[in-house]
Amino acid sequence: MLANRKLVLAHFWLAFAVFGVALTLGAWQMFIRSPLGTWLSNPELYYRSLTAHGTVMGYVFPTLVAMGFGYAISESALEQRLVGVRWAWAGFWLIVGGSIMAMIPVALGRASVLYTFYPPLIGSPFYYVGVVLVVVGSWIWVALMSINLRVWKGANPGKPVPLAMFANVAGSYLWAWTAVGAALELLLQIIPVAVGLKATIDAGLARVFFSWTLHAIVYFWLVPTYIAYYAIVPRAIGGRVYSDTMARIAFILFLVVAMPIGMHHTFGDPQVGAGFKFVHSAFTALVALPTLLTVFTICASVEIAARLRGGHGLFGWMRALPWDNPMMLALAFSFVMLGFGGAGGLINMSYQLDSSIHNTQWITGHFHLIFGGAIVIMYFAIAYDLWPHLTGREFVDLRLIRTQLWLWFIGMIITTFPWHWVGILGMPRRMAYFDFADPAIAPQALSVTFSAIGGFTLLTSGILFLVILARGMRSPAVEAGAYRFSLAVHQPATVPLALNTHALWVALMIGLTITNYGYPILTLALTEGTSVPAVYVGAQ
Amino acid sequence: MSARDLFTLTNRHFKTSVGITAAIFVVTAIVGFIVLPFAQPWVQFANVWDAICSAAGVPQRSAAAAAQAQDKRLSEVVLTSHTLSRPNQEAIGRGATLAQRCAICHGPTGISRADSPNLAGQYAAVIYKELHDFRSGARTNAVMSPFATGLTDQEMGDLALYYAFLPRLPAYHPTPQLPKPNIVIYGAPMRGIAPCGSCHGSLDNKVGSPWLEGQSEAYMKAQLRAFAGGDRRNDISQQMRNIARAMTPQEIDEAAAYYASQPPDIVKAVD
Repeated sequence: MLANRKLVLAHFWLAFAVFGVALTLGAWQMFIRSPLGTWLSNPELYYRSLTAHGTVMGYVFPTLVAMGFGYAISESALEQRLVGVRWAWAGFWLIVGGSIMAMIPVALGRASVLYTFYPPLIGSPFYYVGVVLVVVGSWIWVALMSINLRVWKGANPGKPVPLAMFANVAGSYLWAWTAVGAALELLLQIIPVAVGLKATIDAGLARVFFSWTLHAIVYFWLVPTYIAYYAIVPRAIGGRVYSDTMARIAFILFLVVAMPIGMHHTFGDPQVGAGFKFVHSAFTALVALPTLLTVFTICASVEIAARLRGGHGLFGWMRALPWDNPMMLALAFSFVMLGFGGAGGLINMSYQLDSSIHNTQWITGHFHLIFGGAIVIMYFAIAYDLWPHLTGREFVDLRLIRTQLWLWFIGMIITTFPWHWVGILGMPRRMAYFDFADPAIAPQALSVTFSAIGGFTLLTSGILFLVILARGMRSPAVEAGAYRFSLAVHQPATVPLALNTHALWVALMIGLTITNYGYPILTLALTEGTSVPAVYVGAQ
Repeated sequence: MSARDLFTLTNRHFKTSVGITAAIFVVTAIVGFIVLPFAQPWVQFANVWDAICSAAGVPQRSAAAAAQAQDKRLSEVVLTSHTLSRPNQEAIGRGATLAQRCAICHGPTGISRADSPNLAGQYAAVIYKELHDFRSGARTNAVMSPFATGLTDQEMGDLALYYAFLPRLPAYHPTPQLPKPNIVIYGAPMRGIAPCGSCHGSLDNKVGSPWLEGQSEAYMKAQLRAFAGGDRRNDISQQMRNIARAMTPQEIDEAAAYYASQPPDIVKAVD
């Protein structure tokens, strides 16, 4: 049992509780927009719900999972007492306070600006300050992860940092730096307007700042999933990690190239130069590398497990895999969704291909498939794997867990595939309703209906997940033993300094941010006459 | 083992990683800032520096395209949600005195019986903007333009605050059993028409949009036709002209009739 199980449980329960609420809102949004529901006579309600859904799913839920998992990793991988438990609780309560502060104006319809803020839309300042508090709370976690690693290094000079902790700290540094973009946008641009100090805002600059955060944040969401691929799955299915070095390289590559690529979100924006769009596009292509490395390494690791279980043949070993093990199932589902989502991502990063799907439902389908699918299904797996070590109780009904994972996978495919399709047909995103009686879009009605059914499948799976976790709190007690991570085929005895520390990679990350973002931000900030009047949401 | 051992050219990891990263950046920059700009046959660059500046998005004014001369005046008013949002009694009082001259058309209580707009309870920013546009010539009317010519900014603000202070004619739609017209509630998304109600009341209000409930049907129809025909052009960014042009005559009638419906006894009461 983990010593800080209360801390980790608090993070996980809050994460999954808000996830449940946001999931319900998401399903309602899909329904109301589909031909199954009648038109919503007040579109503002839709955007209110959408803002809550995005804010929770984008900022609160994954951050809490990464934090809770990070504390568990720090304690179990380093095998030392967690330093700064009080600070960790302070960070947690900051997130609770920030979330409440942000959600009240959203619920009142005073901040229906979507989680991407979309200046010149301006909502209640409490919404933005709440989001800032959530980020500040998570920065405490970043500092604690760094401090804990430093303490461990002091006690274990020269030893290889355990892979899970190395990756965890890489993820935390990535988050610390990527959040700076949105933080600058909020503190320098949006909040001064929201509190009434200014009445105009440079929306183009704000979008560039937000792109700094918006793409790399996905890799911050992804890091816990990748840690689960490397550090949990091979152990859970009785295998070993094929290469510890390859894993480290994957995580440092995320650190370096996840950051300077966000401008592929602004391909349609005239205020960004075409040259910078190209450079960002090229670096976006590079970010496929760590994922391809990971898919290779994990497939090899899984093959090791299968062959240890007596599997043989070129592909025949796949039959020998423990398919009834929820971790195996979650990994397979996650990979399938990552494959489709990644392929879609390659289209989004290509300027010419992007122009046909920019701002359509394709994009919504893409990020739900990657984040809601490939990433979140591994969050479920992390919770299932960690739960006995947090509660001291075991899950008795593995079939229910498998059902939940199957439902999530099927639901996500049914939701996102039609979304991609209608996106190609040109259906715009962020719309409160569509007139499916119009012959121009009537053929899309069937796809949208399927998509909504997928949304309810996801809701069912999400509820089942919460039920399983709640039942897991009351099942028979068991001695779960110490929480352990996968071992590599060749456990590293020594690791080169560059792969045992983060400094070089953080430096490259910051360097590339300066080369790829410095000029566009400076010109936009220094050019006169680029601001537009703010549009106050919910104001009379 | 410290940062000093890592950040040195003798460390091959440092050398390789920084070298590869820099090389990738330089290659992509050359392609993005020099090769690709010149690969566009339809764009002519004077030299390499010109191409780089263009790809970097250096703001520049195009000398060839001189700004088109504007023959008609446009509205010069800038509104925010704070415009005239803090009324004071003194301003309202001054406005009441000034409003004496408006009463003949707009009614002594701001409720008109002459198919002129009802001003009672109208948003202050709206009245201010229209007066300003009449004065500047962005909007013209044989009756209103001469009235507005002599008004100062403060007088227009006072008038606006006075009328905003008066009680508004309550919304009244006598046929609740019939659905609200689609144009008011849903707009016509396929023709790019936002719902009337999303700016003018019934659903929501946006800064600068007048409150329409209870206004004269004839007046609203005339204004929509004027927007559609281009006779009225003081709407900011052509918002209303774009909408009115795309509306069908039937939709204009429906919207005007819907907003105009008002309880007869209230109209009587202000007589």
